[in-house]
Amino acid sequence: MATLSPPRTAAWMTRRRRPAREIGLLVVAGIIALALLSPLALVALDAHSAGWGEIHRTLFRARSVMLLRHTVVLAAIVAVAAALLGTGTAWLTERAALPARRLWTVLLVLPVAVPDFVVSYAWHSFAPRIPSLLGASIVMTLGTYPLVYLPVAAALRRADPSMEEAAHSLGVGRVATFRRVTLPLVRTAIIGGCVLVVLTVISEFGAFEILGYQTFTTEIFTEFQFDARAAGSLAIPLVLLGLAVLLAEGLLPGRTVAGSAPRRAVRPVRLRRMTVPAMAGLGALVVLAVGVPVGTIVYWMAAAQQTTLPAAATLTSATLTTLSYSAAGAAAAVVLALPVALISLRRSTVPRTVLERSTYLTKALPGVVIALSLVFFATRYAFGLYETSTLLVVAYVILNFPLALVCVKASVAHVPPRLTDVGRSLGRGPVAVFVRVTLPLLAPGLLAGFCLVFLTAVTELTATLVLAPIGVQTLATQFWAFQQNIAYSAAAPYALVMLALAVIPGTLLGLWFDRERSTRA
Amino acid sequence: MQLFTRARGPVRRGPLRRSLCAVLLAAGACLALAGCGGSSGSSGKGTLVIYSAQHPETTAAIVAAFTKQTGIKVELKNDDEDVLTAQLEQEGSRSPADIFYTENSNWLQQLDDKGMLASVPSSTLARVPSRDNAANGKWLGVSGRYSVLIYNPGKISASQLPTTAEALADPKYKGKLELAPAETDFWPIITSMIRAHGRQAALTWLEGLKANAGSDDHTPDNETLVGDVSKGDADMGLINHYYYYRIRAEMGAANFHAKLAWLAPRDPGFVEDISGAAELKSAPHPAAAQKFLAFLVSQAGQNVIAHSKSFEYPLVSGVAPNAELPATSTLKPNPITPAQIGTGIDARNLLRQAGLI
Repeated sequence: MATLSPPRTAAWMTRRRRPAREIGLLVVAGIIALALLSPLALVALDAHSAGWGEIHRTLFRARSVMLLRHTVVLAAIVAVAAALLGTGTAWLTERAALPARRLWTVLLVLPVAVPDFVVSYAWHSFAPRIPSLLGASIVMTLGTYPLVYLPVAAALRRADPSMEEAAHSLGVGRVATFRRVTLPLVRTAIIGGCVLVVLTVISEFGAFEILGYQTFTTEIFTEFQFDARAAGSLAIPLVLLGLAVLLAEGLLPGRTVAGSAPRRAVRPVRLRRMTVPAMAGLGALVVLAVGVPVGTIVYWMAAAQQTTLPAAATLTSATLTTLSYSAAGAAAAVVLALPVALISLRRSTVPRTVLERSTYLTKALPGVVIALSLVFFATRYAFGLYETSTLLVVAYVILNFPLALVCVKASVAHVPPRLTDVGRSLGRGPVAVFVRVTLPLLAPGLLAGFCLVFLTAVTELTATLVLAPIGVQTLATQFWAFQQNIAYSAAAPYALVMLALAVIPGTLLGLWFDRERSTRA
Repeated sequence: MQLFTRARGPVRRGPLRRSLCAVLLAAGACLALAGCGGSSGSSGKGTLVIYSAQHPETTAAIVAAFTKQTGIKVELKNDDEDVLTAQLEQEGSRSPADIFYTENSNWLQQLDDKGMLASVPSSTLARVPSRDNAANGKWLGVSGRYSVLIYNPGKISASQLPTTAEALADPKYKGKLELAPAETDFWPIITSMIRAHGRQAALTWLEGLKANAGSDDHTPDNETLVGDVSKGDADMGLINHYYYYRIRAEMGAANFHAKLAWLAPRDPGFVEDISGAAELKSAPHPAAAQKFLAFLVSQAGQNVIAHSKSFEYPLVSGVAPNAELPATSTLKPNPITPAQIGTGIDARNLLRQAGLI
């Protein structure tokens, strides 16, 4: 790219400039971004072949105004609610002297792994007369706050607590300390998480369908039943909404703060009188987000008349398949997110920012649009990949890349460049410096990103149904098959195993953090 | 405040790049491993590939019986019928699918309109009444379902129920109706109403339904609708009969409070929907595909359907339906045929015009 911004100082230019490597990184990031954006090409093709007349008929009718209003209002409510919940819970688990902290870390990320269908069914059963906006807000907030929680917790873990402690010791109140010291440290993570939340709300389908809340995405699915191409053109407003969100994020005053790595363990803030309310709040959150759906699953198993429980062999093989696909997708997403995170954080120029932001766009598209675009590309240009698990893993990466990116970015922000320079100046090779200095510093973000993508991939259904090799079943597809048959009792064990798998990354995160603490203390 | 520096300093970590390459390679290896390890199911040569949007359990039972009889291995791909249709269209002539087996004939018609279906052998077509097959013989009727009223006797008594679809739009049922307009099952009724009363009257009728349903005019699917009626959240709704039987079987009669009511004989709202199957023109295994189509309408294949929990009516004469269902001979649906139902495009346009989708 010819548009690299001029280096800040001449001295830097003479001493530091390594254009070849710079450009190498940019090229890698550029290729990744292009690959991620390829589904948009199909939206354009569909729109083109549907013709302007059809697009006009589909988009410009009274109903569209309602759909737009619904989508925007809900996205705004959920973003604010998820930001508050995600940041609050992250502060509690990372900074406060919270009893059973490790258990909370595990429980708080679980909601991501509850299938949409279970959540919405549960709410529809418990409160059938709940107004659809309220129902959709509750379900989406409970399902998406971990998208804020995980990156913020990872950022807090990496941020040096000494600033906060100093502020407090100088007589600044807890609230003021949080606002003036902690918040700037986790700003990138909060904003990134909110962008994910908004994009998820925009592209969500299953939950709204059951709750009867109509958005552009539910409309796409209805339209889909008539004309897939017109449905493609309906994705245009989603792309535009996604662009608007990313633009808005870009316009927010950039006050990214690079802290230094913590030199010692956090001295947990004692909650004193607030311990009981804090525990009660977390408990209520977990009951609503996990307890209600789990209760529904257990009810299905208990109340069922037909005891067509699945064969253990089917359950085991579906579990192993799910595990390997999701882990491969999560690993690939995190690794690919690294170069993209690095180019935008090391130096911020317009082309770099555009490149990095563009990778979020596909998150605004519903899974079925992405899956069908991969069918389109694979059958035409990579037939060898069609009906292989590789293509499904690629779909998981495309669908969830932004989840990984936000987490990785949040921790790259906390890697002080001078640390690696020190490593280099001590005569270590670049690989050694990366492995022994950079990687450990990035680890919380990488791990959080891995967990988030893994959790989301475990319950991913639409793309899995379309792209999984013929005859291969995952937990989500088996759950779906029984749920379609109204055999809820037979579907229930698959949902429970999905939840059980979700405990693994949560536990890993908790364990890893505890090890960190004890080695530093 | 040294810590509060912007993270926008110049790039100082060129060495990272080489390590990144190593990590990228590792990721590539990981992907390759996933690709080779789990790779494509077991679709070796000679394995028949079926894209199915039908009841997965019943389909699996049919396939097992077919393999037992013929020795032909089968791979099943299950998904919703609209998605499978879109996927087949995207795949085009390179589709690995031999057979498309689906719940509603309009999807088969849509693929046929795009020239993607092969002809079904006439000996196979002859097994079922000709009105239940495609007019041009490109798809085969396999089983049937009927549109019925479902109601909650605690909310509305049997004597108060309408006996025609037309009467559902009567203002006296305001607030008593729940609608699932996006369900494919609902469209044939609209097509039938257009055929019986004309487009304008059908539109007025749809608007009447919308007004009677009020805020219950966009229930996402028939399962939810049946559940709502059973719980008494809604008084009544229009569904296909098998949802009633399936959900009653799953929930148990004791927990299920909805009842079923058949519409008047020949009423335009009393429509038979056909589940059907077709061979794709691009089928890699045409001979096996034709054997499967023949098996679907053989005594053995139809028996599997009759004894399954999907509660559909077999179409071949001499095969009795599930014992819980009324005999086929007692049912007097409107004479509209699947060919007249077509792709459902008119129904869609009318639904849009009425603001229901």
